[in-house]
Amino acid sequence: MRSTSRRSPLVQVGVTALILSAVLIAITVLTTFAGERVFGRVVTVMLISVVLTVALQVFMGNSGLTSFGHVAFMAIGAYSSLWFTLTPDEKRVTLPDMPQEWLIYGFHTPFLPAVLLAGGVAAVVGGLLGVALVRLRGASFTIATFAFLIIVHSVFLQWEPMTRGSRTVFGIPNLTDLWWALGAAVTAIVVALLFRESSLGLRLRAARDDEDAAASLGVHIAWVRWVAWVLSVFITGAAGALWAHFITTFSPSAFYIAQTFLIVAMLIIGGAGSVSGAVTGAVVVSLSSEALRRLEGWLNTQRTDQTAVGQLIPIELRGFAEIVIAIAMILVLILRPSGIMGGREIGWSQLRRPSGAGRQFAATTEAGTKGD
Amino acid sequence: MDNLVQYIISSLSLGGLYALMTLGLVVVYGILRLINFAYGELVMVAGYGLLLFGQTAMPWPLVALLSIAVAILVAVLMERVAFRPVRFGSASTMLITSFAVSTLLQNTTLLAISPRPQAVRLPAFFVESVTVGGLRLRVVDLASLAVSILALIVLSILLRRTIIGIALRAAADDFTMTRLLGVRANLIISVAFAVSGLLAGIVAIFWVGRSSLVEPAIGLQPVLIAFIASVVGGMENLKGAVLGGYLLGFLTVGLQTWLPQALLDYRNAILFGIVIVILLLRPEGLIRPAYSRERR
Repeated sequence: MRSTSRRSPLVQVGVTALILSAVLIAITVLTTFAGERVFGRVVTVMLISVVLTVALQVFMGNSGLTSFGHVAFMAIGAYSSLWFTLTPDEKRVTLPDMPQEWLIYGFHTPFLPAVLLAGGVAAVVGGLLGVALVRLRGASFTIATFAFLIIVHSVFLQWEPMTRGSRTVFGIPNLTDLWWALGAAVTAIVVALLFRESSLGLRLRAARDDEDAAASLGVHIAWVRWVAWVLSVFITGAAGALWAHFITTFSPSAFYIAQTFLIVAMLIIGGAGSVSGAVTGAVVVSLSSEALRRLEGWLNTQRTDQTAVGQLIPIELRGFAEIVIAIAMILVLILRPSGIMGGREIGWSQLRRPSGAGRQFAATTEAGTKGD
Repeated sequence: MDNLVQYIISSLSLGGLYALMTLGLVVVYGILRLINFAYGELVMVAGYGLLLFGQTAMPWPLVALLSIAVAILVAVLMERVAFRPVRFGSASTMLITSFAVSTLLQNTTLLAISPRPQAVRLPAFFVESVTVGGLRLRVVDLASLAVSILALIVLSILLRRTIIGIALRAAADDFTMTRLLGVRANLIISVAFAVSGLLAGIVAIFWVGRSSLVEPAIGLQPVLIAFIASVVGGMENLKGAVLGGYLLGFLTVGLQTWLPQALLDYRNAILFGIVIVILLLRPEGLIRPAYSRERR
């Protein structure tokens, strides 16, 4: 039915991927002109956030289920990438409690295989968990993923040989640069768009919109959910590896509720229904929270210097960005539940004949997220 | 023998607290199908009430009552401002909204008061202990044991004997039917949130009393406990919530007493592992509702 009024899905995927990538490439190139020292850090983190948000979209957007556990896979990816990239000499410094006779101690690979292996570890753990998870629905699913986040957090806090426990790991080589992050973001976008339009993605979205109808048409719901879940946590794990090799010092507390909130906020504000929404959300939230953080810093300096502006501020400002993001998120949920992009992919309306199919599709998407 | 009595009293005291926490979460979930992540922030708000009112010259019982009132007020406001507009959205929309409300309240406290833990003025009996028949018991344990049982009894009378209580229970069983019978949805949901705030307020007094400190993240542990206990007892079941709370109390104290130190560090991991297993094997919780429901 859908194909009658549309061009080939592959063309649409191509157009959307081109537009989204062009925006990210433009931001990256502008950053290098403006001087990487000033904005390089912000933009790299933004691009990694794009990967994380797109990964979350692969699962949440297509299945309609809410995961609060993805950051656990980011943690798994981040820590396991250390085990793969660090040479034995580096491990002696960074993870001093790791026994030298362990196989992993002597094992190390270049960066790219390490990133893929880290995603693989996340996918294996996620795949095992997923067998059980896909049987749950609604709130039970979300609580179970949240429980998993707490389990991983608590294990990584105690697992001294592999993670240094609650202490910060340091001495990680800075291997992720702007271009690595850009490459990862573009790859994630293409993969997510292809998955969304694949037969599997289509069946998963059918199950999201009407579980019973999809099942009666022969969709194996548990299977399609599982595949999306594994793909999603693989990308999340790989993103964790990139993040670890950019930030270079972190502890398990980096992968907990605050980070979960940030990624979920990005996806919801942009719109979970489309990859374009995920990208938009990640870019908008990253850049605006950076702007807010700078504003906060500037205002606090004004306050300590007791300038005219500074005297208006009664207290030292902290966590300003988080407050604004939380308010923005609540407003989006109330006023525009399908996010900035409204569940649509960018560049589609231009391609489609004015048949109204797009509007219809958006309407079903919204109806589909109605729940009980 | 003494050890056993000690164990039972500690467990009942902690379990009672856990039961109140869980009830506060389930009373809202039963009606709205909303798992309120911001529930922990109600405990936090009441905790800061104790801190701020405690700095004035007010007598302590008044401080406690005002703090509970603040939690009730914030609970009702939270529903009015954030949850009512998304009530007809999907379950995940409400869930994510509550996550946002939680972050908002926590960061606002961080900004307006302090990110650091602060000492709360508490009456002397919170640190005293008494010796009964050769057992040294902390007064605060006995107080929380008594208050939780009292609160449960009062609540169950209110739920059984008053019109609004009966309407609340009816709504938890079948919200659509209750509305068809002429109960106003907005009223009943506001009452549910008020009860949730009341319970969070009572919990806060004893929860803060355990460490005599408040910090913006103080609500996290209570909300996690309520998650576990409600999953164990059944998300839609008020009796199950109480039972789940007490069960978790006994389990927690038991693990603390008998689990070897090396494993104790993984206590959270073990508890939440149990949660996932129960969700898989008994999605309705250990206590099944009396009849099957049509709404999922």
